[in-house]
Amino acid sequence: MSASPVAERSTAMSRFDAQPIRHFLGVIGRTVFVAFMLAFFTLPVLWLVFAPFDKTPGLGVSLPEFTIANFRTLFKSSSALSALRNSLILAGGTAALVLVAGSLASYALSRVRIPGRDMLLYVLLLMSSIVTGTAAMVPTFQLVNELHLIDKMLGVVLVIGAGTLPTVIFILKDFMDNIPKSYEESARLFGARPLRILWDVVVPTARSGLAAIAVWAVVQVWGNFLVPYILLRSPDKSPAAVVMYTFYTEGGQPNLRLIAAFALVYSLPVVLVYFFVSRRYGFRFYGGIKR
Amino acid sequence: MKHDDGDVAGLGRPRAVAFALPALAIIGVFLFLPALWTLWLGLTNYRLTGTAAAHPKVVWFDNYRTALTDHEFRGALWRTTLFVIGSALIGQSLFGFSLAWVLQRVRKPIRSVVEFFVLLAWIVPSSVSSFLWFALYDRRNGTLNALLGTKGTAWLIQYPMWSIVVFNTWVGTAFSMLLYRSALGSVPPSQLESARLAGAGPGAQLRDVIFPHIRSHILTNTLLITLWTFNVFTPYLLTGPANRKAEIMAGYIYRTSLRVGELGQGAAISLIMIVINLIIALVYLRVLRERTP
Repeated sequence: MSASPVAERSTAMSRFDAQPIRHFLGVIGRTVFVAFMLAFFTLPVLWLVFAPFDKTPGLGVSLPEFTIANFRTLFKSSSALSALRNSLILAGGTAALVLVAGSLASYALSRVRIPGRDMLLYVLLLMSSIVTGTAAMVPTFQLVNELHLIDKMLGVVLVIGAGTLPTVIFILKDFMDNIPKSYEESARLFGARPLRILWDVVVPTARSGLAAIAVWAVVQVWGNFLVPYILLRSPDKSPAAVVMYTFYTEGGQPNLRLIAAFALVYSLPVVLVYFFVSRRYGFRFYGGIKR
Repeated sequence: MKHDDGDVAGLGRPRAVAFALPALAIIGVFLFLPALWTLWLGLTNYRLTGTAAAHPKVVWFDNYRTALTDHEFRGALWRTTLFVIGSALIGQSLFGFSLAWVLQRVRKPIRSVVEFFVLLAWIVPSSVSSFLWFALYDRRNGTLNALLGTKGTAWLIQYPMWSIVVFNTWVGTAFSMLLYRSALGSVPPSQLESARLAGAGPGAQLRDVIFPHIRSHILTNTLLITLWTFNVFTPYLLTGPANRKAEIMAGYIYRTSLRVGELGQGAAISLIMIVINLIIALVYLRVLRERTP
């Protein structure tokens, strides 16, 4: 009888003591976890930060003996420059293709009820997610071969364009659906033809959506290795993704100075684009951007 | 034309079809046609070079029989399964979720730094990230050996599967982190609060409040990363064509069809992959549809 208040008090005490200990352990656990994750995710990237500015870069990470001579090497290397130029051509070509074809199609699908429209969109999205570059490597190669588009940039643009168009149409249709129809109505009252309405009324109104899609398409092409690797033969047509790979796999001692500077210059645009996109649209949009 | 059908620009059906045609034609030729063509190619002994290139013969289901009995195919499929389980289902999911969970309770500057690097791994183009890991794993000068004191360990040769699993976890964790972050944000704080007041520890909170709430997010994440990881080609850039012990489906299909030149055989494997993709995607769409109402 007399023991029970004591016992009660001691459990209350121990509970009181356990709280800060648990809290303390929680802080320690969190710190260890965050430190481990930070190390894991930064360690491989450090090379990309240091080596481009190092006089004698090795494969290991080390503090650089500062120089910018590596970039001079890069801008004298014709293969590196043509690779970056080819990446720009492929990215620009694909973006133009999907913007034009995609906005025409999504506008039509948004405004006119074509029978089976929803089913069509559904099937298009399904196909684009299952007929991937890897899985459809063989028939795609064979098709492009038969069309005599092997070793032509147009072939790469068409193949990547076809893979991205379903997503483009799907997202753009969403944008178009949200454009107030009164604009088009009044434009029509003034006698504008549909193509003119699309160009002068709809496109300016949807330009944030179109810009987002263009960025998305450029990022898709910029990083794509497999499609140009399979479809292009001549080294002088290869984009940066492929040339980066050949730099360190083909022939003799890899030139690490060139590779380091090239890797940085090649990666920087997508990292910058990421900053731009995430600030404007938030991470949510980026969630769908990469694949 | 009726007036209430939303066709305010007066397109009309014929013109709408004409507008949609260029896009549909490109998709039809370069996305649908390859998928259909692989059905036919897979039944032939088509080759990249030689007599079978000029006059392919129909061999019916020989390619499929060869594939299913071939230990190289089965090995590649098995390694791909391990790769998906290890890097996507375990690595990316676990890292992604725990990052989303822990970073909620961490001060903002630290959180932003961690998130930045996780995302950076995802954003860097694949041929650059595979070179970064190639350098990290290097036997003689690699940072990993210097750091762990494991001098002379050739990670890519001695531990090929572990190497690509860790690499792909590093690349892909960002997506799971982002998805789980928004999922955790959708859990009502009031429910967490009352669970905490009732004395539930972190484990009980996770089990009783968080998981029931984000079940559909878990399913979405799992299916998407499974599909992507199954189709990923990047490990080939890290291990190169010679390392058969780390050869997954992507590398195997590339070697069989475009290096060895057996296009017919490769097409059969292509179709098998597309069918596996289809199954995963259909399950995913099913889940999505159940979620919407």
